[in-house]
Amino acid sequence: MNKQKLVIIGNGMVGHRFIEDFVDKADLDKFEITAFCEEPRVAYDRVHLSSYFSHHTADELSLVKEGFYAKHNIEVLIGERALTINRHEKVIHSQTGRAVYYDKLIMATGSYPWVPAIKGNESKDCFVYRTIEDLNAIEATARRSKKGVVVGGGLLGLEAAGALKALGVETHVIEFAPVLMAEQLDFQGGQMLRQKIESIGVNVHTGKNTQEIIASGETARNTMKFADGSQLEVDFIVFSTGIRPQDKLAKQCGLATARRGGITINNQCKTSDPDVYAIGECASWNEKFFGLVAPGYNMAKVVADDILCRENEFTGADMSAKLKLLGVDVGSIGDANGRTPNCKSYVYLDENSSTYKRIIVSEDGKSLLGAVLVGDTESYSNLLQYTLNDIELPKHPDSLILPEHAGCGDAGLGVDALPDSAQVCSCFDVKKSDIADAVSAGHSTIGAIKMETGAGTGCGGCIPLITQVLNAELTKQGVEVKNHICDHFEYSRQELFHLIRIEGIKTFTALLEKYGKGYGCEVCKPTVGSILASCWSDYVLSSDNNGLQDTNDIFLGNMQKDGTYSVIPRMAGGEVTPKGLAAVASVAEQYELYTKITGAQRIGLFGAHKSDLPDIWKQLIAAGFETGQAYAKALRMVKTCVGSTWCRFGVQDSVGLGVELENRYKGLRTPHKMKFGVSGCTRECAEAQGKDVGIIATDSGWNLYVCGNGGMKPQHAELLASDLDKQTLVKYLDRFMMFYVRTADKLTRTSVWLQNLSGGIDYLKEVIVDNKLGINKQLESDMADAIASYQCEWTATLSDQAQLQHFTHFINSDKQDDNVVFTPERGQKRPAFFDEKAPVYKIELEQV
Amino acid sequence: MSKWTQVCELKSIFPATGVCALVEGKQVAVFRPSEESQVYAINNMDPFARANVLSRGLICQHQEQLWVASPLKKQRFNLLDGSCLENTEVNVEAYKARVTDGFVEVHL
Ligand SMILES: Cc1cc2nc3c(=O)[nH]c(=O)nc-3n(C[C@H](O)[C@H](O)[C@H](O)COP(=O)(O)OP(=O)(O)OC[C@H]3O[C@@H](n4cnc5c(N)ncnc54)[C@H](O)[C@@H]3O)c2cc1C
Ligand code: SF4
Ligand code: FES
Repeated sequence: MNKQKLVIIGNGMVGHRFIEDFVDKADLDKFEITAFCEEPRVAYDRVHLSSYFSHHTADELSLVKEGFYAKHNIEVLIGERALTINRHEKVIHSQTGRAVYYDKLIMATGSYPWVPAIKGNESKDCFVYRTIEDLNAIEATARRSKKGVVVGGGLLGLEAAGALKALGVETHVIEFAPVLMAEQLDFQGGQMLRQKIESIGVNVHTGKNTQEIIASGETARNTMKFADGSQLEVDFIVFSTGIRPQDKLAKQCGLATARRGGITINNQCKTSDPDVYAIGECASWNEKFFGLVAPGYNMAKVVADDILCRENEFTGADMSAKLKLLGVDVGSIGDANGRTPNCKSYVYLDENSSTYKRIIVSEDGKSLLGAVLVGDTESYSNLLQYTLNDIELPKHPDSLILPEHAGCGDAGLGVDALPDSAQVCSCFDVKKSDIADAVSAGHSTIGAIKMETGAGTGCGGCIPLITQVLNAELTKQGVEVKNHICDHFEYSRQELFHLIRIEGIKTFTALLEKYGKGYGCEVCKPTVGSILASCWSDYVLSSDNNGLQDTNDIFLGNMQKDGTYSVIPRMAGGEVTPKGLAAVASVAEQYELYTKITGAQRIGLFGAHKSDLPDIWKQLIAAGFETGQAYAKALRMVKTCVGSTWCRFGVQDSVGLGVELENRYKGLRTPHKMKFGVSGCTRECAEAQGKDVGIIATDSGWNLYVCGNGGMKPQHAELLASDLDKQTLVKYLDRFMMFYVRTADKLTRTSVWLQNLSGGIDYLKEVIVDNKLGINKQLESDMADAIASYQCEWTATLSDQAQLQHFTHFINSDKQDDNVVFTPERGQKRPAFFDEKAPVYKIELEQV
Repeated sequence: MSKWTQVCELKSIFPATGVCALVEGKQVAVFRPSEESQVYAINNMDPFARANVLSRGLICQHQEQLWVASPLKKQRFNLLDGSCLENTEVNVEAYKARVTDGFVEVHL
């Protein structure tokens, strides 16, 4: 039988999703699939493009599982652009001269940034913001620039502005309209957004029509001239002035296109040629194209179904959006500008906390037409469900946006009010009924629901709603909803902590027998392991308990992606002697370890074979180092600035305090990792307010901040007490640390813990400072015990023969893992990519 | 020719952990879920990360069966047949394993 030839032009988000969906549904023996991919890499997550600036590897953004295409025999022509389509002969020619024949063609060419015809816009200082290559170019330029500007104050423009800000350049935004995000927000919402953005240091210029860019300036490389006669000097310019569907090829081969651009499609996503489909941003349905990924994903599904002769159709998409732009929560739903005739609005404005909310309701007050939310988007998913499912509004619709203290009760729409057909996850088009079905089929955790339905695995914005639906369904089925840590224990971490502590339970097996069921799993084992470790400190090393620990805790190093480990000795407060440095250098040289200063003011050595770890640590310990516990959920380090000892501004010895605190709390196992910071004056060079514990020197003592966080969800720490002397500071800290250890859920950072603590920071103050619960004596003495039993885990391990045996890679051979291969890079080494390794490994893998 | 290969003493595997053994040039992860002398063997390579690490994962129970969670990204592989809980299209080779006279043996 002849295979049917499918060709996809464009391997972006939607093109790839089509292939995934098709692979899932079709009998691949009947098809031959080829994809043209113009970009130099396979599909990646454009939605999270900006995160490329923070981690810098294209791999992390990739949407394609390694080996996915090869496994399914799909040919992806990377770096190859389709140049012409001959629909008569059904053949496509690419820029390399290749000819590819098709039976069915799917166009997924996306869109391109549209740049207005401004004189000077072709300068090498002008950029757009769409691909990884664009970002590389912007970053390289930003490095040698002081001032950057984004032209376009829409959604993408503000995202680009956030990126410029993060790159450390003075950032400006130019908008033609009188407000920001005119598409999604009304005037007042736009104003509020502007105020918030300006307050974090982005300069906003609205109502500016750029006329010319001149390649000279007094303070910067270029000068922008505006229609109102004003001008602005900038080094570089990023255009974000809208996108246009990429329909050039379609026009070339005579397919119908829409007036405002885009390849015209019907409900089956077929173009004017029944053998050609178009999906994603390049397609125009009902004279509309969709600049969001979810509608494209739906089109991809429709086409896969259509090719397989299953019924499905595309019926439009909702363009509501909720995002965080430059740290500001923004939401826009439906008719945000109130353009529906005779509609009415309710507005809530709080200039104190910079919150603006407006809902637009129908003339009869029964249905919600649209909403604008700035500064607080908590009610977003609630409101969205009202519009999507046309649910009748409550008698006083304003109760939906009024704050809790207004006292109109919980206006939240119970998930029960949602019809079964309500779409809960728009990325994967999962309905309420799909989740209910999954729950009836026995999937009773968020993890299981995600795996079963796909819901929540895209942007993740729907997870709160999924949780609500899940809990409601469970309650309906008579299951009581609890924060059980897993299927093996019907207790939360906090409950387990108290059981272990009060009953003096010392092993996992004993706990399982008494309070659990089954064998245990990768969730409860390490959680219990960590509780046992914080309650009974000698626990960490005992080899009977190896089976509970993550590999990092057993081998006392962080496992890296190739199975090697990192070696990070403690350098309390970031201090290290020249002699110490020399010892580290000599070990690194001897074992050829990649060496880097980590984000935590200390030196990390990477790429150590497990079997070399004991020798490496023997040498480091001999040179006076001890383990830095970088592998553990424990206090990682205390970041300090040089403080009053050296700095001319310093008012207290921040390094001295930092060293003391790091040594005091090192080794204590905590629910999640912890970081401290100590700054010698209010200039805050140690960035202490972004840490779990932040201490800032004042003229008369120390201010103590708690529960801040850097990382994925930055959170400012909150002031717990001010102007403390050192003794009181340490006392409060002992209490704070132990209270967190006792009460936090598994893997909960302090910031999230505080958010969930009812009463928040005020309650925490009452507990720690005013001894509201009467437990402070206990907390302090628990801490004293923990401190007294500290030992360097590496020193202990080196004297434990049974444990040392397990450091060889093989139990029955002295060989090392020959799949650990390195490649030189910038004078050091890095793990080799798979295709850089010797061919023997490829053969080995194919058999697997 | 298929044969059983002796790998190590049972007691050198701590209960609830695994070790890696070299058998006919292959890296085999051998697990001992409990005090009992029940052992399991699967290939040591995590097919997602392509690193030889599975023997260092945590043994866990789901759907009444035993699995090992990869120490890298926590995908779980069935100790009996090597199938992956997260992705039915991926699996690792599983081998026969037994304990004879206090020694662990593997059969490729
Ligand atoms: C910074 C940024 C942030 C975003 N944030 C969000 C968001 O929060 N939410 C949201 O829903 N959407 C967001 N989007 C939009 C989202 O990324 C797009 O909707 C989505 O990528 C569209 O997918 P697509 O496959 O249609 O197009 P694309 O992902 O653009 O893929 C099209 C691909 O086709 C290739 N191509 C074009 N012509 C040819 C040819 N002739 N031959 C070979 N290949 C060709 C292109 O090079 C491109 O790789 C964002 C976009 C950007 C740039
Ligand atoms: S925080 Fe103050 S004391 Fe510390 S380095 Fe900065 S300016 Fe100096
Ligand atoms: S809405 Fe994006 S993952 Fe569900």
